[in-house]
Amino acid sequence: MASSLIRLLLPWRQPKPHHLFPFSLNPTKTSFLFHLRRCQASTSSPKRLILTQDERSKGSLSTEREAIVGSGTIAAIVTSLGGGPAAVGIVRISGPTAVAVAGQVFRPVKRWKEEGGCVAWRPKSHFVEYGYVLDNDGNVIDEVLAVPMLAPRSYTREDVVELQCHGNDVCLHRVLRACLEAGATLAEPGEFTLRAFLNGRLDLSQAENIARLISAKSAAAADSALAGIQGGFSSLVKSLKIQCIELLTELEARLDFEDELPPLCLPSLIDKISVMRHDLQDALDTANYDKLLQSGLQIAIIGRPNVGKSSLLNAWSKSERAIVTEIAGTTRDVVEANVSIHGIPAMLLDTAGIRETDDIVEKIGVKRSEAAALAADVIIMAISAVDGWSEGDAKLIEHIVTSQKSANQAMTAPMILVINKDDCKPKDLLVSFEEICSGLFKKVVRTCALTGAGISELEKAVLEVRGLEPISSAGRKWTVNQRQFEQLLRAQEAFFRLHTSIEEQLPMDFWTIDLREAALALSQISGDDISEEVLTSIFSKFCIGK
Amino acid sequence: MASATPRLLSFLFTPLRLTYPIHAIRTSHRSRTLSFLSFNLRRPNGRLRTVSSFASNGTNGMERMGQKDEERYDVIVVGGGHAGCEAALASARLGARTLLLTLNLDRIAWQPCNPAVGGPAKSQLVHEVDALGGEIGKMADRCYLQKRVLNLSKGPAVRALRAQTDKREYAMEMKKVVESNSNLFIREAMVTEVLIGKNDNIQGVRTFFGMDFFAPSVVLTTGTFMSGKIWVGRASMPAGRAGESASLGLTENLQSLGFETDRLKTGTPARVDCRSVDFSGLEPQYGDEEVSWFSFDPECHIEREQMCCYLTRTTSETHKLIRDNLNETPTYGGWVDAKGPRYCPSIEDKIVRFRDKESHQIFLEPEGRTVPELYVQGFSTGLPERLQLALLRTLPGLENCVMLRPAYAVEYDFLPAYQCSRSLMTKKIEGLFFSGQINGTTGYEEAAAQGIISGINAARHSEGKPVIVLERESSYIGTLIDDLVTKDLREPYRMLTSRSEHRLLLRADNADSRLTPLGREIGLIDDRRWDLYQSKQLRIKEEKERLKNVRVSGGEFAAEVATVSGQPVRDHTTLESILKKPHVQYKLLDKHGFGNENLSKCEKDCVEIDIKYAGFIMRQQSHLQQIVNQEHKRLPEDLDYYSMTTLSHESREKLSKVRPQTIGQASRIGGVSPADITALLIWVESNRRKANQRTQQELLRSGATDNHMAASSPTDSVVQATAI
Repeated sequence: MASSLIRLLLPWRQPKPHHLFPFSLNPTKTSFLFHLRRCQASTSSPKRLILTQDERSKGSLSTEREAIVGSGTIAAIVTSLGGGPAAVGIVRISGPTAVAVAGQVFRPVKRWKEEGGCVAWRPKSHFVEYGYVLDNDGNVIDEVLAVPMLAPRSYTREDVVELQCHGNDVCLHRVLRACLEAGATLAEPGEFTLRAFLNGRLDLSQAENIARLISAKSAAAADSALAGIQGGFSSLVKSLKIQCIELLTELEARLDFEDELPPLCLPSLIDKISVMRHDLQDALDTANYDKLLQSGLQIAIIGRPNVGKSSLLNAWSKSERAIVTEIAGTTRDVVEANVSIHGIPAMLLDTAGIRETDDIVEKIGVKRSEAAALAADVIIMAISAVDGWSEGDAKLIEHIVTSQKSANQAMTAPMILVINKDDCKPKDLLVSFEEICSGLFKKVVRTCALTGAGISELEKAVLEVRGLEPISSAGRKWTVNQRQFEQLLRAQEAFFRLHTSIEEQLPMDFWTIDLREAALALSQISGDDISEEVLTSIFSKFCIGK
Repeated sequence: MASATPRLLSFLFTPLRLTYPIHAIRTSHRSRTLSFLSFNLRRPNGRLRTVSSFASNGTNGMERMGQKDEERYDVIVVGGGHAGCEAALASARLGARTLLLTLNLDRIAWQPCNPAVGGPAKSQLVHEVDALGGEIGKMADRCYLQKRVLNLSKGPAVRALRAQTDKREYAMEMKKVVESNSNLFIREAMVTEVLIGKNDNIQGVRTFFGMDFFAPSVVLTTGTFMSGKIWVGRASMPAGRAGESASLGLTENLQSLGFETDRLKTGTPARVDCRSVDFSGLEPQYGDEEVSWFSFDPECHIEREQMCCYLTRTTSETHKLIRDNLNETPTYGGWVDAKGPRYCPSIEDKIVRFRDKESHQIFLEPEGRTVPELYVQGFSTGLPERLQLALLRTLPGLENCVMLRPAYAVEYDFLPAYQCSRSLMTKKIEGLFFSGQINGTTGYEEAAAQGIISGINAARHSEGKPVIVLERESSYIGTLIDDLVTKDLREPYRMLTSRSEHRLLLRADNADSRLTPLGREIGLIDDRRWDLYQSKQLRIKEEKERLKNVRVSGGEFAAEVATVSGQPVRDHTTLESILKKPHVQYKLLDKHGFGNENLSKCEKDCVEIDIKYAGFIMRQQSHLQQIVNQEHKRLPEDLDYYSMTTLSHESREKLSKVRPQTIGQASRIGGVSPADITALLIWVESNRRKANQRTQQELLRSGATDNHMAASSPTDSVVQATAI
C-alpha cells in the first residue's frame, strides 16, 4: 500500500527527494555524517521547497531539463588582452552546455571532412582536437585547438572547453562573440574562479582572496559601466527602455484591468514596435562600428588577376609584403599586412585574382579569396584603368554579391571600387563606369600603386564607408563594452521574436514576454529593475479603481 | 445523503493513510527521542497533547488545562473572513482540532466590499487554492450571480474568470461548510492577547472576557478589525466594518512583543436600492452564455440563472460637485494620511489625478438575488454623507436613486509581512501565523490564498511536521507570499498578472497539474478528487498523443484551416501541426469530426494550449529553470549581515531587516545589488565550509571517545536549531 502510494506521489518530486527527507532510516555514524553535510549543503532547515512541476508538460520537458540544469554557461577570453600580439589566446567556456556551445562554433577538421559537420560534437575529456571556429553564417573565423575538460575534472568542476586561438585581439573577440551567439553568456569578472569555489574546487584561503578580488572588480566594473553610460549611448538605451516600458504599460494595463480601459490601437502599437526595432538595429550597428574601433578592420582586396592588387597592398603598407610580377596569377594565397588608418588598426588581405582556372593551386587560392571577401569588414574591388570595366569584372562582382546574399549576412560589407593604374588610363572612359557601378559601390577611388597616389583618399573612403569619420560627430560616438553589446544583442533577439509573434498573430500576452525581455536587457545596461516601473507607470497613466 | 457519506468517510481516512509514507521516513530521526511512540498513539484520538508537552506552560496553564479539556486545541484561527475560513478548514481537514474565533458569527466569510470573486490574477489564485483543496472556488461556483471570462483573446495566461456573487448566500454557504466539519469549533470572541511561552513560542490566545484558549499554532486573520476606524466625511468611529465593532488591544499586545505595525486605508462605495434605478438608458453587461468554473471539482458545476450588471458613467456635474467639495474629503482635506491602494482610488482621486479625462466608467452590480442593494463599482468616496446622495444622483440612471448605505473608508493596523517567513509563520514567535489583510494585502482571493497556506502550516506545525513553502515560480500563491515577505510594502497589495515573471507557466488551466499533487500529498485532496484529477491528466495526455499521430490531407477541413489561419495546409499534416496554426482552435477540429468527444471543454482547452504554445512554454520553462538553480540557494536564517564587510551598508541594513531565506529573495530586496549577492554567496559558502570542518572535527573527536548514543545527540540539536 505504502509503496504504491509513494510511486503515486514521487513522480512530481523526483528532482529533489533528498530535500524532503534529509535523514535516512539507518542513522549509522557514516550516513549521519553524510546527511549532515548534505543537509547543510542544500537546505538549512527541514523545510520543503516546492518547485514548479506541471505534470502536463513534464514528458516533453524531461530531456530538455537535463540539458539546462546548472546556472548557465559562461564564456570569456581568459588570456590577457590589449598588450602586444601574443602567439596564443584562449577563450574558455564553462557550464552545463559548454560542450553544446563549443560544438556549435567548433568543427574538428577530421569530422568536418568526413561527415559534413552535422553530427553533434562528442569530445573525449582531456583530448586536444584541431579544427576551425565558425561564426553564425558558417564562415571560418580562426583555426584553433579545442581542449575539452569534462566535469568534474576541470577548473570549475563543470564542463569546460578551452579554445586556443591565434593570439590576436580580433580573432579572440570574434571567437568569443561566436560563443555568445551560440548561447553562452559573458562571464562576470572572476566568475570562473567563483564557480570553481562554489563547486568546491578551491579551498577557504583562496576563497577569501576571491571575495576581495570580486568586490574590487565589481566596483571597478560599476565604475567602468558608469563611464560607458555617458553621452549618446546612455540616452539612446534609456529612451529605448522607456519606450519598452510604455508599451508594456499599455499592454499590461489592458491585461489586468480589461474593462476599465479604452481598447488598444494595434496598428499604432505595431508601428511603434517596428520603429524601436529599427532604433535598436541602429544602436547595434553603431556598437559594431565601435567594436571595429577596438578590434580593427579587415580589408579584403579583390579583383581579376593582374589589376595591381598586390602592388596596392605593398604601396599601402609601405612594404614589399607581396610578390609583384607581370604574370597574372602570381598571388596564390591570402597575404596579410597591417596598417593603421588614422589610428584605427586594419589588416589588409591581398587575395589571389579571381578567375576561371584549371590550376589546382590557383583554384584553392580563388576559393580563399572569396572566403576572405565574405569575412571582411570592407571589400576593395580593384580594376585596372587600362582595361576599364570589363565583363570579367561584372561577373566577379555579381558572384561576390550572390555569395554574400546566400551567406545571409545581416550586414554586408560595404564595397569600394579602386581604379588602379590611374597614370595610364584613357580619361573619358572613366566617367561612364563610375555611373554604372555607383549602386554597388559606396565609393570610387583612383589610385596609382606605383606612385602611391590616391592611397590617402582610399583610407578616407574606407573610414567613411564604415562610418568611422575622423571628424568626431558627438551623436554617434560611444564606446560599448562586450557586456553592453551582449545586452543589446539580447534585446534585438527579443524584438525579432516579438516581430514573429505579431506576424503569427499570437495573443497580446505573448508580446509582453519578449517586450519584457527586451526591457530587461536594456535595463541591465543601465542597471535598474523594471517590474515596479511597469506597475508604477500603469497606475500613474491609467485611471483604475473599484 | 447516500453520496455524501462515502465522501465524508474518504475525507476522514485519506489524510491518515496518505501521510504514512511521510511519517515512516520522518520519524526515523525522532524515534530516539521517543516521540515516535507518542506520535502514533495520539493520532487516532484527535491528537490531544500529552500532559508532559504542556509542562513548560507554567502553573497557570497547568491549572486551566487540568479543568477543561476542550480549551486545548491543535490550531486556533482568529478571524472568520476569507483567510480565516480557508485556514480553519484546511487545518481541520488535516485532522487538527481547530478553534475558529470570530467577533460575529453571522458575518462568516462576509464580502464587505465588491460582491465578486476572481478577475485577472485573482482568478488564478482562486484556481490554485482550489487545486490545493481549498474552498473559495467552490463557494464562488455555488453562489454566483453572473460569470464572465475576461481577456479571452489575449492569451491563455491572462485569461481570467470573474463571478459576481450573492453575498448573503456566500456567507451562509460558507458558514454551513465551516459548521459541518467535526474537527472545527467556532466561538464568538474578541482576542486581545496572544500567550507566549518561554521559548518565544505561541501557547494560545486570551479574549476580552478573560478566556484563555491554548494551542501550539495560532493564525491571526484580523482583516480591517485591528484598531479599525471607519470614516464618512470628517466623522469617524472605531469599527472594523460599518456596524461592527473594532478589535482593540491586540495591536498593543503585538507591539509589546516587538512586532512593527503600521496603518493602511481602504474604502467601499455606497449601496443604492436597485428599485430606484432607471436601467432603461444604461448599457447592460450580461454573463457568458457558456459558464466557466473556478473549481476543478465537477460536483460544483451547477449552472444557475444569471443576473445582469449595468454600466453608467460620471458626468461633468459629478466632476464639478467633487471639485467644489474637495476640502471635504479626508485625503484632500488632510485629516487622514494612511495609504490607500493605488488599484482602488476614490472617485475624487481619479478626478484630481486624471484631470483631462471627461468621464469615468461606473458599474452597477447586484449584491444578491434576494436583496435590493446595488454595488456602485468605481465610485468609492470620502465625501460626507450629506453630499453622497447628491453625488450619486449625478450619474445617468441614478437620478432618483435611494441610497441604502453610505460609502466609507476604513483605517486599520497591519504588520508589514517581512516579519513573516514564507510559511507565513512569524519569525519572532514560533507557531504564530499571519494571513490576509493583517499582512497588508487587499482582496478576498489574496486572503484565501494566504489562509490555506497558513492553515496547512499551522496544522503541520502543531503536529511537528515540517512546514510547506510554495516557491515563487510555482504559483501565484508563491509569488504573492514571496512579494509580501521580501518587499517592504506600505500600501495594500493586490495580485496582478504583471507581478509574476513567468505567468505563461502559471495559468488557470494548469493550476491543478501544478498543485493538486501537492494538495494530495498534504492530505487535502480526497480519493475522489484524486481519481478525477488523474483520469483528466490521462485523457489530456492521450489526446495529445492522438493529435500527434493522426494525419489529414486536403478536403473541406484543410480548406477551412487554410482560410482561418491564412497559411497553406500540406498533405499528410498532423492534427497537432494544424492546431499550432494561428487562429485554429480545437473547436474547428470538433466541427469537422476530428475532435475527441470524450474530452470536456476545459480538457480541450488544456490540449489546445499545450500544443499551440509549446514553443513559448518550453522557452519559459528553461528560462525559469536557470533562475531557479541560482535563486534557490538557501541562506542560513541567523546570518549576521552587519559583520559582512563586503556588503554595502544599505544592503546590510535591508538584509538584516528582511532576513531572506534564499539568494533569490535577497536579490529581490530593493537596494541589494548584484555585487552584494555575489559577496553574499561567497560569504555563505566559506562559512558553510568552516562550520563543516569544525563539526567534522568535533564529531571525529567525540566519536573516538564516546559510543554511538553520544553521536546521536548533536543530531537533535541540529534539527532544533535549524527548525526555528
